[in-house]
Amino acid sequence: MSAALAVKNDGSSAGPSAAEPPPPRVRRRRERSFDETPRWQLYVPLGIYLIFTLIPFYWMFLFSVRPAGSTSLVPWPMTDDHFSKVWNERSFAIFFQNSVLVGVCTLLTTTLVALAGGYALARFRFKIKTPFMLALLCSQFIPGALLLVPLFEIFKNLQMINSLGSVIIAETVFQLPLSIILISGFIRNVPPSLEESAWVDGCSRFRGFCLVVLPLLRPGLIAVGSFAFVHSWNHFLFALMFLSEQDKQTIPVGLNTLIGADSVDLGALAAGGVIAAVPVVIVFAFIQKWLITGFSAGAVKG
Amino acid sequence: MAQAPAVAKPPKVPRRRSATPRRLPYLLIAPAGLLMLGFIAYPVISVFYYSLQNYNVTKPWRNGYAGFDNFKRIFTEDDQFWSTLGFSAQWVVTQVVLQLLLGLALALIVNQSFIGRGISRAMVFSPWAVSGVLTSTIWILLYNSSTGFSRYLADAGIGEYGTSLLSDTGTVFWAATVAELWRGVPFFAILILADLQSVSKELYEAASVDGAGRMRRFFHITLPHLRDAIVLATLLRGVWEFNNVDLLYTLTGGGPAGETTTLPLYVANTGIEGHDFGYASALTTVAFVILLFCSIVYLRLSKFGGDQK
Repeated sequence: MSAALAVKNDGSSAGPSAAEPPPPRVRRRRERSFDETPRWQLYVPLGIYLIFTLIPFYWMFLFSVRPAGSTSLVPWPMTDDHFSKVWNERSFAIFFQNSVLVGVCTLLTTTLVALAGGYALARFRFKIKTPFMLALLCSQFIPGALLLVPLFEIFKNLQMINSLGSVIIAETVFQLPLSIILISGFIRNVPPSLEESAWVDGCSRFRGFCLVVLPLLRPGLIAVGSFAFVHSWNHFLFALMFLSEQDKQTIPVGLNTLIGADSVDLGALAAGGVIAAVPVVIVFAFIQKWLITGFSAGAVKG
Repeated sequence: MAQAPAVAKPPKVPRRRSATPRRLPYLLIAPAGLLMLGFIAYPVISVFYYSLQNYNVTKPWRNGYAGFDNFKRIFTEDDQFWSTLGFSAQWVVTQVVLQLLLGLALALIVNQSFIGRGISRAMVFSPWAVSGVLTSTIWILLYNSSTGFSRYLADAGIGEYGTSLLSDTGTVFWAATVAELWRGVPFFAILILADLQSVSKELYEAASVDGAGRMRRFFHITLPHLRDAIVLATLLRGVWEFNNVDLLYTLTGGGPAGETTTLPLYVANTGIEGHDFGYASALTTVAFVILLFCSIVYLRLSKFGGDQK
């Protein structure tokens, strides 16, 4: 699977030239130089955009490690004052645990529920299929922010206010429609004949799915799962509204408290920001290659 | 879900395959369906219901059926509704247009083959994973008047000391716009780059042979190929930018002087801080209808999916 992915990734550039025999070398060279964008047209805008992207990250890192009162633009000498302050005094240790818990649970529930729903949409014809699809699409237009008050009442009635479960449910629900649409796209790309041959060999539908389809869904599952994790890690309003006890809050709420403090402690704020950024940036660095293939497979028309 | 529960499973093996598939799809969508009924459909219906009610926790003696009073108040008395709606429109259009243009350019650049492509992609896409609150955090560090970048510019002789971009009504819109662009452009770039992977190489080669230059190939092959992806991405992003309150709530708090209050922010203030839930529900309903109407018009005008089927 990973080999197939690698081919697909590099296919745009290296594929043809590697496969072709050498003879038309001269012609190809001329063709390529005619085709190619001049290097400076590539590197100059890319460089400018990279600066725009990276300076804010650097700025946050700089503020988080330089001692209070320093105006140096180089992160040296370093201090971990701000980190230990935020981690211990401002309870970011607890927020971090809560955020990880919410993120992982949302990832698992979203992926499982979306797999089931996506499989139904990809492989069956049934009466409420079209209404169900329509409901999925329409729900994209419904702002979670505007449903805060009724959602709050529901969770109050379920006695789930101040429990992380309420946030996990809310995140899962609003993550589901897109996840189902994406996953059903991926499943549709797996030829049904593969599964059918597994049934002929005596597998049940479930076993056949696990053995044949699931391994081929890896890029899709990575895309959907990472979406769910990153979104729930980042999302702020549900946690802000449903979790009022401090030891239940998540990282974004903690950051918001730091922003809203009477005299903003910029060093502490930056350190909190770094703590919030590190997990998602790491997850992102690993998945970004799959993200592109994931999207192109999921967005196949039809 | 209205399906009869699976009480007796027929024990005969041969029947299993023909009998289960009829129930199976319903069982499979049941978890998703129930969750969405309970936590999306029901709240939506209750919003519609409360939009016709006077419902205010702090003034319980006035609670009760209100007819269309709330809606009348929105359209005739409420200046803040119109100003926040106007700001929302300005915000959404600015964001979507700039994010699309920059994202398209970025996708075309990192779709080329060059040394360091992988790492460049990872770096330029990375703000995609950053939250609204974290974006606010970062840009507050950059914008603040005492140690933000304006101070270093002033040290170098550009601009003045003490410039605070976020508390000046003249600069706050663009300050917030740049911050949102920083995290929004990668979304478009990722989607468009994904769609670029499926442009057929043969088409480009044929066009090159026929003497089409880079510009013509872009406008006649690449852009038409990307059309559906662009329409869908702009629509989803437009709705998302309209609804999302994280960034503005934490970066500007809707200020200064209500200058950056979007309609959803106004609704949240009315419903949650003002406790006027009936009126907030009516505002929500209006926002929802406007959003739906704009989306349908947009899809019609752009002839989405017109080529297929």
